Amino acid sequence: MIRENSDVVLSVKDLTADVEGVQILKGLNLTVNAGEIHAIMGPNGSGKSTCSKVLAGHPDYDVTGGSVEFQGNDLLQLEAEDRARSGVFLAFQYPLEIPGVSNLDFLRVSYNARQKHLGREELDAFDFDELVREKLDVVKMDSKFLTRSVNEGFSGGEKKRNEILQMALLEPTLAILDETDSGLDIDALKIVSNGVNQLATPDNAVVLITHYQRLLNYIVPDYVHVMEKGRIIRTGTKDLAFELEERGYDWVLQESAAGVAVS
Amino acid sequence: MTIQVSSPNLPTNGSTVKADRATYLSALTDCRGILTDKAFQPEVLSTLQTIRTQATSEVRSLSMPSKRDEEWRFTDLSPMLEMDFQSPDVMSSSITLDDLASFVLPETSGRRLVFVNGQYAPDLSETSNMAADMVATNLTQLEALPNSAELIATYLNSQEGLEKTFTALNTSSFTDAAIVYVGKNVAAELPIHLLFVSTASEQAVISHPRCLIIAEANSEVSFVEDYVAVGDGTYFTNSVTEIWAKENARITHTRLQRDRPTAFHIGKTVVSQAKASHYTCNAINLGGKIFRHNLEVFQAGEATETVLDGLTLITGDQLADTHSLIQYAKPHGTSHQVYKAIVDGHAHSVFNGKVTVPTAAQLTNAAQLNRNLLLSPKGRIDTKPQLEIVADNVKCTHGATVSQLDSDEVFYLQSRGIDAERAQNLLIYAFAAEIIQNLPVPSLRDTLSRFVATMTGSSTTF
Repeated sequence: MIRENSDVVLSVKDLTADVEGVQILKGLNLTVNAGEIHAIMGPNGSGKSTCSKVLAGHPDYDVTGGSVEFQGNDLLQLEAEDRARSGVFLAFQYPLEIPGVSNLDFLRVSYNARQKHLGREELDAFDFDELVREKLDVVKMDSKFLTRSVNEGFSGGEKKRNEILQMALLEPTLAILDETDSGLDIDALKIVSNGVNQLATPDNAVVLITHYQRLLNYIVPDYVHVMEKGRIIRTGTKDLAFELEERGYDWVLQESAAGVAVS
Repeated sequence: MTIQVSSPNLPTNGSTVKADRATYLSALTDCRGILTDKAFQPEVLSTLQTIRTQATSEVRSLSMPSKRDEEWRFTDLSPMLEMDFQSPDVMSSSITLDDLASFVLPETSGRRLVFVNGQYAPDLSETSNMAADMVATNLTQLEALPNSAELIATYLNSQEGLEKTFTALNTSSFTDAAIVYVGKNVAAELPIHLLFVSTASEQAVISHPRCLIIAEANSEVSFVEDYVAVGDGTYFTNSVTEIWAKENARITHTRLQRDRPTAFHIGKTVVSQAKASHYTCNAINLGGKIFRHNLEVFQAGEATETVLDGLTLITGDQLADTHSLIQYAKPHGTSHQVYKAIVDGHAHSVFNGKVTVPTAAQLTNAAQLNRNLLLSPKGRIDTKPQLEIVADNVKCTHGATVSQLDSDEVFYLQSRGIDAERAQNLLIYAFAAEIIQNLPVPSLRDTLSRFVATMTGSSTTF
């Protein structure tokens, strides 16, 4: 929800970044305020996923220029784990499997790392168990997934639900969901979207990275951005997503190339 | 008794080297104990004398393997030739239960046989809780064993096998053995602990632990064969374990090698499986400066099942080598093999997995996977699947991977607030967990989880 005078959560200015010496982000600008939901769309290879990884602090991505402020502080100074503890959350497109580590233990360690950072009480196994069972309801997840190894043998939909469960526990200020809709059938998509909607508050912000408009039927964005060649070339409302669904990306790219004003 | 084995000078001429390696091997038999010193049944003594004589002459015709031998291509035994191994003169009485406290498994209370430098140590053993109709004993106490003399004559040293040299050395030298016998239709599910203790000291001793496991038809047994040391220094453990799984028997074997990192250990496991039998081996290899496990399984009957899982965790200048063989003979056999190694420091892991499927063994289903995690740029891994398949209607798969920690996996954990170092430790643990979690003894799973945590310098386990 767009509100006047709400706090700036994320401010990205002229961000450039390389992966293995190849420049992927080429001057990205993005401002996200508290309470807002942004969608970043764009063709394959436009830099959407790179953008999410850079913001979350993946060590393989080198920031070469520009700045990123998160709640007024320089985010790029922080290691990935400190960004997470500060309230930046990335839901992975392909969550990793960690055999031998129980999901419940993993969630607790992660939760307590955030609690500690916030100066709040860390929970023991017993109290955490109670908390996590409440949160399971957000994504309609069966408690049997808690005792299994992290994501091991989970279906695509179960992995994505587990990501949103982590989001529910960590209560991030900025959640970046990287193609959370990919590989989901319509029922799973509804459950995951419903979970995200429950977690969206006036104090936090969500950035959705997606290929498809259909996710935006369930999580309605305040802004839709089109990314191309490492930059945002157009920003609009949710109607822009419908237009993209209808007409594809070419017209945006052509208008952008022709110098039509952005947003 | 202490006999010095002089260290040979290593000349450059090949044939002299060979002669020296032969001399060295033969000299190792001088460290053996005397059979007639012990109170064997007369028939058993006779059997032992016969096989000892044969093995001694075999040893005299052999020499220490060198890297020129195909089977020892990656494992250089030259450092052993520098050693003066001696016969153990430390009596078991000098070791107390307190010395073994960290090795004792709570799950095997009342079912523990302890051998010190290959000799049975009754004071350290507990046999009060053995299953009925199951005998776990040593070679001098065979009263409870039915037809003991005949059983020993039939089964001891009666298996075929690929590895000859160190097997013959053991046979020429052992003076005691662990004997486990499970009668027909007996289900002895609770694990037995066979704890082999070496005395590590400045005087490097050589010992020849020996095990004979016989599971009669339709029986079930689980045992932990465990190699440890008390004291500091080096030693050479040259073990042989012979296992017989009769028709429809089910054997769960946990082989735990937690030697000193200074130790030399060459171990042989040879298994004969009759029709419809099931054999599982979980081999955990942690110690040793030079370690070699020769694991040879012969499926003699139809529809037999073999599971060979292994985990090697090495660092420093350790070398750990597993050479496995699964020899099929009849139709409908299956085997499933997952071997993993985590290699840090300058350590070197070797895996050679041989599977032979002759024409008669149609409808075989053999799967082999060797996965290696290399934590250091100085580590080394050699892996070699070796499938020899003649039968035409079989399913045989194999795979080998060598990888470092995946930065995407580390990042996933970091992105959940877990710091990079802990994330790495967690992933190393996760790599090992697939094998650790299958161990049939819970306390061993905990011990190994802690070991992995220690190896990675982590103070926590999951």
